[in-house]
Amino acid sequence: MILSDYDHALLSGAHGPAARMAMSIITRMAEIQGARELLDISQAHIDSTIYMGEAGLEFAERLAGWGAKVAVPASLNVSGLDECNWREWPVPEDWAHKAERQMRAYQSMGCVPMWTCAPYQTSMAPKFGQQIAWGESNAIVFANSVIGARTERYPDLLDICAAITGRVPALGLHLTENRGGQLLIRLDNIPQRLQEDDSFYPVLGILVGRLAGHRIPVISGLKAAPAEDQLKAFGAATASSGAVALFHIVGVTPEAPTLEAALQGRAVVEEHTITLDQLRQIRRELTTSAGTKLDMVVLGSPHFSVAEFQQLAPLVEGKRRHPDVPFLVTTSRIMSALACERGVLAPVETFGARLTVDTCILATPMLPKSVRVLMTNSAKYAYYAPGLLATQVVFGSMADCVQSAIEGRVVRDDTLWQS
Amino acid sequence: MSGQVVVAGDAAGDLLVSMEPLSFWGGYDYRTGEIIDRRHPLSGQIATGRVLALPNTIGSSTTTAVLLEAIRAGTAPAAILTIGVDSFLALASVVSNEMYGRSIPLVALEPEQFQVLLTGTKANIGANGRVQVH
Repeated sequence: MILSDYDHALLSGAHGPAARMAMSIITRMAEIQGARELLDISQAHIDSTIYMGEAGLEFAERLAGWGAKVAVPASLNVSGLDECNWREWPVPEDWAHKAERQMRAYQSMGCVPMWTCAPYQTSMAPKFGQQIAWGESNAIVFANSVIGARTERYPDLLDICAAITGRVPALGLHLTENRGGQLLIRLDNIPQRLQEDDSFYPVLGILVGRLAGHRIPVISGLKAAPAEDQLKAFGAATASSGAVALFHIVGVTPEAPTLEAALQGRAVVEEHTITLDQLRQIRRELTTSAGTKLDMVVLGSPHFSVAEFQQLAPLVEGKRRHPDVPFLVTTSRIMSALACERGVLAPVETFGARLTVDTCILATPMLPKSVRVLMTNSAKYAYYAPGLLATQVVFGSMADCVQSAIEGRVVRDDTLWQS
Repeated sequence: MSGQVVVAGDAAGDLLVSMEPLSFWGGYDYRTGEIIDRRHPLSGQIATGRVLALPNTIGSSTTTAVLLEAIRAGTAPAAILTIGVDSFLALASVVSNEMYGRSIPLVALEPEQFQVLLTGTKANIGANGRVQVH
């Protein structure tokens, strides 16, 4: 592997012990992955912020203790704690203090405390073609696919090493030739009205993620023009059921003006056709609970955007949730402030919803043990909650979630899913 | 059989094999070593001390942090076999080596080598990437 003078200097410890360890990890990974050199990045998003246990905290505090500083602008992902409001929930005191220490450690390195898993909807969104090193599976797939920035799937711990050194292995999705589609997925006879509905995108994403695995899928035959938050939900789902880091939707995403462009002129080697029946099956599988029992509704994975608040507000206006069914929205401080400014937060709060910022139900132990059945419109929540929280889940549209919270039991409108 | 050394080391243990990929975040409880993805065929199995064979990881980028916690807590598999290099798992072992001076061996196999692995049989992993199954 060819290293630059700067790379060698970091490795030798000339820029301090933190940069030495970070560069050592980067070069060892570059060798394992077969990179021939490193390249510069100009931005990073750090997923290592989620407190989970002693090792992650020791890693962060070792770097911070050595005076580590990021070499490029770096935003912070969700943390293990809603910094200002955690006491409103049964978060253990000891957990909270350790999660706070991890938050402080990454802030001390000069990272920007965005505390969101949707950094692409903030002022730190990257630009088309920009070389970046992003962690957080849903953020990675959005940055690559919807924006056309260039990042590999950076796991926790490597993201901060990339930010400290400003260098990453020159391989994978950083290089143009590796960004072409690898399998074609055609939508066959999916009703246009369903394609325009929010609940379509998470379901399609789970299926595409399963078919694609770690490859780059190209989706063709989409008749609707998906909104940003629909693409966000789609990407998050593909990165949950699969390891998708980049997708192309013909006529929608920036590197796919045509099918030929999405495939970079190569021939199709694998093709799948998606039918309404398959999508119905995936939608059924996302729900693990039978019956109508409901303990809580949770929206906002990835973090709720201001546009989603604008969509939720008229659904809840003048209504009130059932007293036994808490309604939670997980979002960022930035989005909750914007929603407040635009007058769409008030109806949501009057409805009886609560907000959690900085984190989400999967990253902090906030839910009371009495919550056994969760309802959500997020494929990511639906996918991970059974394993991480040992709850059952019900998947529905945003309108289904609102209606269920009002009635205090699961109600779903299946009309769009019938042909 | 002989695979590609991803992270070198010796290990031995009973094989725990699945053709289904796994996200360690939401899929592996580092406190107990249990596989907790309730949709995964290995759900409920304890992987601690075993030679875990999975084609690759999927999903969350926190997978690496979960495996690092498991290595520190002593609940990690004895070794992990994959089809091709899985960088998320490799990173956990590399960082564990930097932090704690210990790592778990990782070996990348070809699909046809992976297919002969059977849960319950014993496997010895050599630092040269040699995998003996008996």
